[in-house]
Amino acid sequence: MKNNEYVLQMKNISKEYYGNRVLKDINLSVKAGEIHAILGENGAGKSTLMNILFGMTVIHETGGYEGEIVLDNDSINIKSPVEAMDLGIGMVHQEFMLIPGYSITENIKLNREITKDNLVNKFLPDKLKTLDFKKMGTDARKALDTLGMGIDEWVKVAGMPIGYMQFIEIAREIDKKNIKLLVFDEPTAVLTESEASNLLKAMVKIKEAGIAILFITHRLDEVMEVADNVTILRDGELVATKKNNETNVMQLAELMVGRKIEKIKKSSTEKRIGETILSIENLNVMMPGEEIKGLNLEVKAGEIYGIGGLAGQGKIGIANGVMGIYPTSGEITIKGEKLKLNNPKDALNKNIAFVSEDRRGMGLLLDTSIEMNIAITAIQNKGGFIRNFVLFTQVNNKEMKSHALNMIKELDIRCRSEKQVTRRLSGGNQQKVCIARALTLEPAILFVSEPTRGIDVGAKKIVLDTLVKLNKELGMTIVMTSSELAELRSVCDKIAIISEGKVEGILSPDASDVDFGLMMAGEYKKMQSKGDDIK
Amino acid sequence: MMEKINRFYKSFGLPRLIIASFLAILSVTAVVVGLPIGDLFSAILVRFGMHGILVLAMVPAIIAGIGLNFGLPLGILCGLLGGLISIELDLKGFAGFFTAIIIAMPLAAIVGWAYGWLLNRVKGSEMMVATYAGFSAVSIMSIGWLILPLKSPEFAWPIGKGIRTTIALVDRYERVLNDFWDFTLFAESDKLRLLVPTGSILFVLFACLLMWMFLRSRVGVAMRAAGDNPKFAEASGINVNKSRIVGTMLSTILGSIGIIVFNQSFSFIQLYQAPMFMGFGAVAAILIGGASVKKASISNVLIGTLLFQGMLVVSLPVANIIMTLESLAEISRIIISNGIILYALTQVSGGE
Repeated sequence: MKNNEYVLQMKNISKEYYGNRVLKDINLSVKAGEIHAILGENGAGKSTLMNILFGMTVIHETGGYEGEIVLDNDSINIKSPVEAMDLGIGMVHQEFMLIPGYSITENIKLNREITKDNLVNKFLPDKLKTLDFKKMGTDARKALDTLGMGIDEWVKVAGMPIGYMQFIEIAREIDKKNIKLLVFDEPTAVLTESEASNLLKAMVKIKEAGIAILFITHRLDEVMEVADNVTILRDGELVATKKNNETNVMQLAELMVGRKIEKIKKSSTEKRIGETILSIENLNVMMPGEEIKGLNLEVKAGEIYGIGGLAGQGKIGIANGVMGIYPTSGEITIKGEKLKLNNPKDALNKNIAFVSEDRRGMGLLLDTSIEMNIAITAIQNKGGFIRNFVLFTQVNNKEMKSHALNMIKELDIRCRSEKQVTRRLSGGNQQKVCIARALTLEPAILFVSEPTRGIDVGAKKIVLDTLVKLNKELGMTIVMTSSELAELRSVCDKIAIISEGKVEGILSPDASDVDFGLMMAGEYKKMQSKGDDIK
Repeated sequence: MMEKINRFYKSFGLPRLIIASFLAILSVTAVVVGLPIGDLFSAILVRFGMHGILVLAMVPAIIAGIGLNFGLPLGILCGLLGGLISIELDLKGFAGFFTAIIIAMPLAAIVGWAYGWLLNRVKGSEMMVATYAGFSAVSIMSIGWLILPLKSPEFAWPIGKGIRTTIALVDRYERVLNDFWDFTLFAESDKLRLLVPTGSILFVLFACLLMWMFLRSRVGVAMRAAGDNPKFAEASGINVNKSRIVGTMLSTILGSIGIIVFNQSFSFIQLYQAPMFMGFGAVAAILIGGASVKKASISNVLIGTLLFQGMLVVSLPVANIIMTLESLAEISRIIISNGIILYALTQVSGGE
């Protein structure tokens, strides 16, 4: 390949969301016929970068971006995805945008159908002309052959295995005549191993046809297998761009995760770590997108137990499973007693409280006052804040109010009054209300999921400090699930990394970046068994 | 000043403001054209007592999350049955009235439980299913009225079998509530004479008080949460389906009591097709009062019933004087009630 010209250059790209800098001076250059991998954790800025490339409306609604995008020597400013497509930038989506009732050919040619004239429609507008199925079929065949897919182009999409659908999406993109650059957004996330390896082969074929590929992923071995160059993003910054033959899986893992860790001063010596308080055996949770498949976990009393991992690997499913919010099977034991599964009431009765990751969806009554939000679970399950008359009960307003005021002061909830509805509170204050509600239950074990997602730095600190304080002063066992590894490492005593619905490994917060990176990418066990083989 | 007006406007809402000013204009016109304004206001009070409980029946349904209870006829049918049985037992006055309620309540509780069970199966389209559940129950009971083994001579047609369409309550419990502690203001003036049906108004207010207390009880708070955010409620250990059934049962029971109160004031029991559209009037009233498909309060009930009934009472004679047209009252009632229901349904937002 002699073409040295870059197909795409992104120069000094920066982006702010509401004063929050999410991308800083990103430089990226891709040549024709190159597979360029973009590697990074969730929230590293991969999707924002792609949104800028495709001119998604979110970018323009939030004040646009800084920097320059050059496509084939022309500086461009893409304003909409349609424009991006016209310029020859294609995207293979994570969710399949296919019409099940149509054949493969029809899906590939959707909205770009080839038409032909006949006697009648010569005089009709283009939209009403007859489809030239034969030509469309040939084109579709060609695209499928490029991908090495033997499937008949007339088959309907409905009922096909997921791997095939992914290929049809790709075929649709490469069938576009002017395609120059193809973006694969975590294409292997939903595929089985053999499907994934087929996909990688297909990517190489596309590359050989002279199309540039941007490959977004967090699977390190795939990167090593097909990518020519790798760009690693972390916290919106470009960490490094490496050539394939200059790097290895270990280094990539370290670059992806590594960061300075701020320790919240922790005196681990004073801590009284007790007996096992929670043990989970062979847990299966059917939480869509965060499935848990046969997980084992043991938490000791007095610990802050961190659960980390990449999105979609199942870490969120654990707390939701224990609380009985999604269909669950397996065995959960709390202080030696078996927990009734799929029964939130039993979990609450066993003194477990949960701060949900889905704050607005599950964590709050948005049109109800702060005080009621804080008190309601205790009212329903602990008989708190309630006056009992013989035949009926009444909420004890006075007690509820004073408790709410207490919490508002303690957690620094910024609000007009305790009667304010929670809908218009900021994310951080909403989170504090959720935590206040959980604390009102005086739990023995507190599950918190994504406690700092979408909240500002000040609130973040209060939330984390509160957790540490509760753990220290009341000896509360805390199981904290978070996508932010740095946060877990700063407060937890132990961190379990979840990959593909199972525990990939358990690390101490001081463990090396390489180990964390490998576990997050699901490579740790593989690497170890390889190591064993060598021995 | 502007800000105050603005705030008032926001909390009161545009539809209520329009209707309240319309009502005010109508009342002024009534005085101008020389109608006996006292009589008109007495009629509003009577109708408030008549419809209050039926409108109140909407509250638990909306709060429990099943939306506007278009299936109110289910409760109404239970109330009618209670009323008939009380007559069959040959009871009179308050005894007859309260026996009717005591018989109707358990019936309505059973029907409401089954109805709630049905609504739990059709989450998301409760209102449509409720409408048709009401319609079909009315139709089934039309057969029921023909074959029920009730033998009181008051029920009999001159010829043929079955129960009459209208049964007079003159010797039974006609206006027992309305006439309880009633009094007249401005008795000397022809134009201003205002008769206050104290008993029925107190009855409505008492029912409202009980509902208010219920909503502050543990079960009530649970019901509120279940209606507001089912996912939240489930995670808080609240049985959402049970809460919805409780709400539906309460709504149905209130519907059955409501129709008995309605009948005593109206002096007749109407059977067969009469209950068919009764739910709609109650729905319209609470919506005018400021409730939505997801939110309702006792004040919505009181304001809505007054405004809606007030408009119906005042508009007819005024309109009759300005332009004489038969059945204008009926036409305006249908336009207003269906219009406001339509308006409320367009305000249902998807998502959250």
